[in-house]
Amino acid sequence: MRSQGQDRAPQYYPADIQYGAQIFANQCTACHGTSGDLIPGVNFRAGQFKRVVSDADLRLTITNGVPGTAMQPFAFSASELTSIVSYLRNMSSFDGRGMMLGNATRGQALFAGAGNCSSCHAVNGKGPRVAPDLGDIGALRTADLLHRTLLDPAGSMLPVNRPVHAVTKDGKAINGRRLNEDTYTVQLIDEQEHLVSLTKADLREFTVLKTTPMPSYKDKFSTQELADIEAYLLSLKGVK
Amino acid sequence: MIYSSRKTFLLILALLIPFGIRAQVTPERLLHANDEPQNWLTYSGSYASQRYSLLKQVDPSNVKNLELKWVFQAQSLQKFETTPLVVDGIMYITQSPNDVVALDPKTGRAFWVYHYAPSPAARPCCGIVNRGLAILGDSLFMATVDAHLVAIDAKDGHALWNVKLAEAAAGYASTMAPLVVKGKVIVGVAGGEFGVRGFISAFEAQTGKQAWRFDTIPDPDQPGHDSWRGGDWEHGGGAVWMTGSYDPDLNLTYWGTGNPGPDFNAEQRQGDNLYSDSVLALDPDTGKMKWYFQFSPHDPYDYDSVQVPVLANANWNGSPRKLMLWGNRNGFFYVLDRSTGKFLNGKPFVKVNWASGLDANGRPIATPQPAGVPTYPGIQGGTNWYSPSYSPSTGLFYLSTWENYGTIFEGVKAEYKEGTRFTGGANVSPVPGAENPTGARNGPVNTYTEAMASGGVVALDPATGDKKWKFEMHDVNTSGILTTATDLLFVGGREGYFQALNARTGALLWKQNLGGEIIAGPISFQVDGKQYITIASGNNLFAFALKE
Repeated sequence: MRSQGQDRAPQYYPADIQYGAQIFANQCTACHGTSGDLIPGVNFRAGQFKRVVSDADLRLTITNGVPGTAMQPFAFSASELTSIVSYLRNMSSFDGRGMMLGNATRGQALFAGAGNCSSCHAVNGKGPRVAPDLGDIGALRTADLLHRTLLDPAGSMLPVNRPVHAVTKDGKAINGRRLNEDTYTVQLIDEQEHLVSLTKADLREFTVLKTTPMPSYKDKFSTQELADIEAYLLSLKGVK
Repeated sequence: MIYSSRKTFLLILALLIPFGIRAQVTPERLLHANDEPQNWLTYSGSYASQRYSLLKQVDPSNVKNLELKWVFQAQSLQKFETTPLVVDGIMYITQSPNDVVALDPKTGRAFWVYHYAPSPAARPCCGIVNRGLAILGDSLFMATVDAHLVAIDAKDGHALWNVKLAEAAAGYASTMAPLVVKGKVIVGVAGGEFGVRGFISAFEAQTGKQAWRFDTIPDPDQPGHDSWRGGDWEHGGGAVWMTGSYDPDLNLTYWGTGNPGPDFNAEQRQGDNLYSDSVLALDPDTGKMKWYFQFSPHDPYDYDSVQVPVLANANWNGSPRKLMLWGNRNGFFYVLDRSTGKFLNGKPFVKVNWASGLDANGRPIATPQPAGVPTYPGIQGGTNWYSPSYSPSTGLFYLSTWENYGTIFEGVKAEYKEGTRFTGGANVSPVPGAENPTGARNGPVNTYTEAMASGGVVALDPATGDKKWKFEMHDVNTSGILTTATDLLFVGGREGYFQALNARTGALLWKQNLGGEIIAGPISFQVDGKQYITIASGNNLFAFALKE
């Protein structure tokens, strides 16, 4: 859904709007009401605010609260803020009746079971380190980005995480996940989960792959299952 | 043939390491850190905290050939006080406020960075600093300026658990590197300038579950409480902000404690104020105290006794004895029997006039100075928290000093209000009559020292407390010290020079201007056959090794 003006994000995504609607229902309706119009002078559906102009204003107001009013500070993650703002900006057109609510408990079971996610990803140190630990992925990635990652992993992978293949001049092959790279060296975690730093001049072969070992779940999971696993991933906000 | 478990372990390790296979850091490896001098496994290098490296590649004949190999620039302008750990070819450091960085120690390039965002309520007295980490298994442990303890996966930099030690808003903080002993992570809290009640606490490394807690200021039901009057103990200080040591044979872990609160107005806290300004010997399994020794009873000078306890085995009056060597902020060098806490000897290592000496039990014979007359050493002490070193090769104890440094102390009534300063002082440094310098104290132009103090390194003979030699510096010395098996001594200082001295004579062998105050400890390690020495200066970590 395209937004208007420079004060707003270029685009708001359905998954973010939907996640924002859930957060709003849990955290905001007690004061603002389900229609967002219970506070005098504020009407989210109509885009009416007291102070807020830009998306950045909205994020700051939610994070810091409004001193002297009942609007308290909220410690939302960046990804949660993106979702809430996306929802508030699209509240008038959002139709919650079509919302596919995910179940995080079912999602956790899929993560360990049918999805086979836990064969590569750890959560807060529990599991392998072949792929990045997802213990705080819900705070780092937006709902929309998680959704796209599950459908198109290669397209959404952070470039730094790309698989690398190296062969040293004495013939030793090293495969792993890239952690860092510069002109002369590359740092990675290898298949044995060792941190390895290689000097490129010592290598006979060095390749950074654009592919990913992570499968697409586009045809593997139903829409409901995708919603479930996304709900689980969004619940992972790191160790507090 | 029967092999001891340690021999078997070392055999396995010796077989594994040449092939680049890395083992986890077991409790056994921490016990025998000296058997793997290529690594630096604890804040102070080993449980004895000698900061003595057995590596021999760099020696007095070739130290002049040291060259810079890499620089790591911290993403912070705060003081950079970190001592790195080096474990099987990976270096781990902290940078302000509470980041952990895993580095390649050959190139200085980062594998990963763990960011921890401390609460805005954090208010450490003296900078948003951190001094380093502890490791066990594949987990790193960091204490934070908002008084949490966090476990982090050493392979990928993700948090594993996070426990709150105390309320940051009440002035509690933690800036030290924790110490791991027998599967427990031991840590203390800072906050002596905020009227906190200090404690040392141990947590299970696997889970973060608290195993025990020792309050450094005893409550009415605890021994030592009669050293306080009324409710003064409730804000009695005794913070613990430097890393302790451990003697596995005695199964005792030793921790120094900080000033009583309020810092300077001793009038409003009558008594000896136990266990402030003391060393505590605790059972690491239970936290129960076996003995204590108080260096500065009823202290009005902020003479924190948080210095790292240095453990040495040496002859004392002709017989082998388990010693503890302690260069105290109060200006005295102490030798204690670490089995019992018995005082063996004590002697000033800088100008001292707050006490005329120590009695047979090591208690100071106090000589408070009249109003308006400077007390030596001044507020920052004759030394401070900077790690000393003991060399078993030379048998000498090495200490960074502030020389000819005094303060006119004046205590004033302090009102306790949670989270605000509770120091009770109207002190003056430097002494009246001296030109009062202005401007940057640690900047490129030194406007400070002539009116204030100078610095140095002293080599002390534990048998007598006498100085064997002294290396003089124009400015005060804020650096930790490293000695090596080739009788080298590495030390920095406020001026930003990083120096190598002959540990037997104090002669200068090599120096490099690094351009920023050195307020951290040097370490040495070896990777791929090359010995490195690193030191933090300004906001950078520098790594040196011999020219190819």
